[in-house]
This record gives sequence, C-alpha cells and structure tokens, in this order.
Amino acid sequence: MPKEHANWSPYDNNGGTCVAIAGSDYCVIAADTRMSTGYSILTREYSKICKLADKSFMASSGFQADVKALQKVLSSRHLIYQHQHNKQMSCPAMAQLLSNTLYYKRFFPYYAFNVLGGLDSEGKGCVFTYDAVGSYERVGYSAQGSGATLITPFLDNQLKSPSPLLLPAKDAVTPLSETEAVDLVKTCFASATERDIYTGDSVEIIILNANGVRRETEQLRRD
Amino acid sequence: MFRNQYDTDVTTWSPAGRLFQVEYAMEAVKQGSVAIGLRSKTHIVLACVNKANSELSSHQRKIFKVDDHIGVAIAGLTADGRVLSRYMRSECINYGYTYESPLPVGRLVVQLADKAQVCTQRSWKRPYGVGLLVAGLDESGAHLYYNCPSGNYFEYQAFAIGSRSQAAKTYLERKFEKFTESSRDDLVKDALFAIRETLQGEKLTSHVCTVAVVGVGEAFNILDQETVQTLINEFEISGEEAPINESNVEQSGGDGDGAAPDQRGAAAEEGAAPMDI
Repeated sequence: MPKEHANWSPYDNNGGTCVAIAGSDYCVIAADTRMSTGYSILTREYSKICKLADKSFMASSGFQADVKALQKVLSSRHLIYQHQHNKQMSCPAMAQLLSNTLYYKRFFPYYAFNVLGGLDSEGKGCVFTYDAVGSYERVGYSAQGSGATLITPFLDNQLKSPSPLLLPAKDAVTPLSETEAVDLVKTCFASATERDIYTGDSVEIIILNANGVRRETEQLRRD
Repeated sequence: MFRNQYDTDVTTWSPAGRLFQVEYAMEAVKQGSVAIGLRSKTHIVLACVNKANSELSSHQRKIFKVDDHIGVAIAGLTADGRVLSRYMRSECINYGYTYESPLPVGRLVVQLADKAQVCTQRSWKRPYGVGLLVAGLDESGAHLYYNCPSGNYFEYQAFAIGSRSQAAKTYLERKFEKFTESSRDDLVKDALFAIRETLQGEKLTSHVCTVAVVGVGEAFNILDQETVQTLINEFEISGEEAPINESNVEQSGGDGDGAAPDQRGAAAEEGAAPMDI
C-alpha cells in the first residue's frame, strides 16, 4: 500500500527578497514589503526587517509566521543577555546565537531565509548569511528569498573582489561609499521586481553607521 | 527570640502557632543593609546603602532591573535576592513573549509570594532570606510592594527594610502624605534624605548609596554615581548639617537591640507573631 501523505503542510511561503551589503563603516540591510501566498498578495506593507540589538538587524524571507516566532525568540534571548552582561550583544555574537537557534530546530526547521546585518565591535560593517537550519558565513554582501537568484549574480558583478583567494571573507567589505551602496540596493530591487512576481510594492532600507540608524523607503512596481 | 525546641524545622509549628524558621528568615532581612522605596502617582524611587565588607572589596549589588517597567531592591541574603531577581526577569520575559505586553506588577509580586510560601511548607527547603522592595509601573499606575520571606506581600506608599531602617521609616512617615503629588526630583531628594537618616551621622556620598528610578516615560534605570553625587551636593545632604530631629538618634539607637524594633508600630502585644507586619 503506497504511503499516505498529509493533505496539509505546516509551511507556506510568503515570498519576498532580502539584501544586505557591508561597508567599511556602515551596513545596508534591505527587504521588500510585499507579503504573498500562492499567486495572491496578502499585503503590500509588511516589514521583514527586525532590530535584534543596537547594531544588529535581521531581514528574513520565507514563511513569515516562522520568521515572527524566530524574531521573538531572539529578542527574548537578547533581553536575557542584557540582564546578565549589562550590555548589548555584538553582531558576531548575535550571528552565532541565530545559527544555534536555527539548528535547535533542525528536525522541524524555521522556514526562514535570513540575512543578518550590522556593525562589528570595531565599527566595520558585517553581513552574515544563513540557510534554514543555521549554516552561516560572514560575507561582504548577500541576498536571500525569491529574488535572490536574480540579485546575487548582479552583486557578484558589482562587488565581488577579483580573487577570493587573496582577500579573506571578512575583509571583503565593499569599497563603495554609503550613498553608492544604497543606490546599488535600490537598483537591485528595481531589477528583481521586474522579473520576480513575489518582489515589489516597496523596499525598506536600513542604513546602520557610527551615527546611528537611518530608514529609507522606495516605491517599487506594484504589479 | 530565643532558641527553643520548635525552631529546627520549617515544618514544625510552635505551640503558640509560630513558624520560627520563617521568623528567623525575616531576621536575616533585618540584618541586611538598608533599602528604601517611595512612590508618587507617576514615579517610584528605590535607594539602598552599599556597604562593602572591607576597603579592598567591591560593593554588593542590591538593586536589579527586572524589566523596563519593574525594578527591585533587596535586603538580606543577597545571593537569594539574585536568584529571585533572575526568576522575576524570566517571568517578565516569558509574559512579554506570550502577550507582547508588560507583566503587571501586581501579578509578579503574587507569583513571587507564592514561590516564597512554598519554601515555608517543605521539609527539604528553607525560606528565602531576603526582603524585596518591588517597584513597578503598569496600567493601573505606580506601585511599590514589599515581599517577605514569609510569603506575605504588602503595597506601600513608602517603606524601608534592613538594619537601621527604622530611622528611614520615621522620616518617611513624616513626609509620605506629600509623596503622591511629588515631582520625580523631589522624590529622589526624599529618598536620599531617608538614606542619610540611616547612616547615623556618617557622611552621605554617592559611594555609599545607589539610587534607581522608574516612572511614566522613564524606563527603570540606576542613576550613575556622578548624578547622585551632584544631587547630594545640590540638596546639601552630605550629613555635615545637624540631623533633622535629635529624637532620630534615640530611635536609631534602639535598632541595635535584639528586640524586634520594626514592630514599634504594632508594639503593644509582644506575643504577636512578627509575620503579621
């Protein structure tokens, strides 16, 4: 007798794209604001970016219910850390925590594709990219979500250092200035919106630097 | 309180209907260095005296932030206080996770009191040896509670616990009627004055005390040493002036005796179980 299968799935994909770029003294984290299910749009104004600590922002695409739960767990863990250590978590520390939290549910994963962006303890931009079960790496830039396959080759063309063997990953912060990086991100989303049906409506951009946090929004095609 | 045959176990009643182990736990609170709290309609101030064991060692932390809207000051066995603060923080975080809103203070103190009560009814446990002044703000306003090792808790407009707390209580009793309408700064000033009362002539500096505030629009925060010293100088309460009331000296002297000084209010019946405060 062929095995019976469930007629429902605990997961759904709400679509969307997330991007982050690390600079020498800034970090840009961006995500579109469209939330969809199947071929329908649930809302055009949903934020996929969450502030986990003063210098750590996480953008996540995938199943937003799991994303929300993940954000809550990490926020609570950060509160505990602050009580115990009397200070905010650094971005690399948060990166490890996120990885451990994801692997904790290795056998019923958070359906979340995350990009963590922030400033490390030296004030340099850092970006960490993850898979659904916590495998992560520090990189100079990353894209996740439905538009990632369209954006990543473009970022490779614009940002990738000539020889990855010469420059170790953590020094691969982009030589671009902050304004150039923000413009690059806007270009990425404008292009991805053209061809990916799950990306569009508007893009929320967070810019983190020594002076603090800045937020920008840019309208995208709504079709 | 004398040693007797009914005081070995917390699960043994005395013929007079007292649990001596619990009362001894409350003694531990009285031996700790002083902690005071006072509240207005919109703010609560906690202050405590930090006495280091010797010049070489650091002070013990007696004031803990539990959440943005709740803080606690302890007197007695600080180790027990630390453990209870960790419990309170955990409860606040879990409540915030589930309900996405701050835990009402009244709920937290009940949970704390129930936790303390458990230790008065298990033969393999001992009561917590720490008194907690819980200061918190929620939808129903500003609150100050006192949690006893006995598992009782009370709400106060102002209170003081620990050694020589009677001096502070006398000061607070004189002033408390004005607290409801006090401004935040006046409340801090009164807290510092109350602390000064307990120091019995010793100089009040920011090295000896810690002050924390929580209120409407102000998350729980411990004031840093510089701010406190500035306030002390501003209010000229370094202790070099004559004490406000000479009679304070007498009352403070009385606290040195073994007789329960904190029951002066209910003084008449000596046999009354001190747990009734």
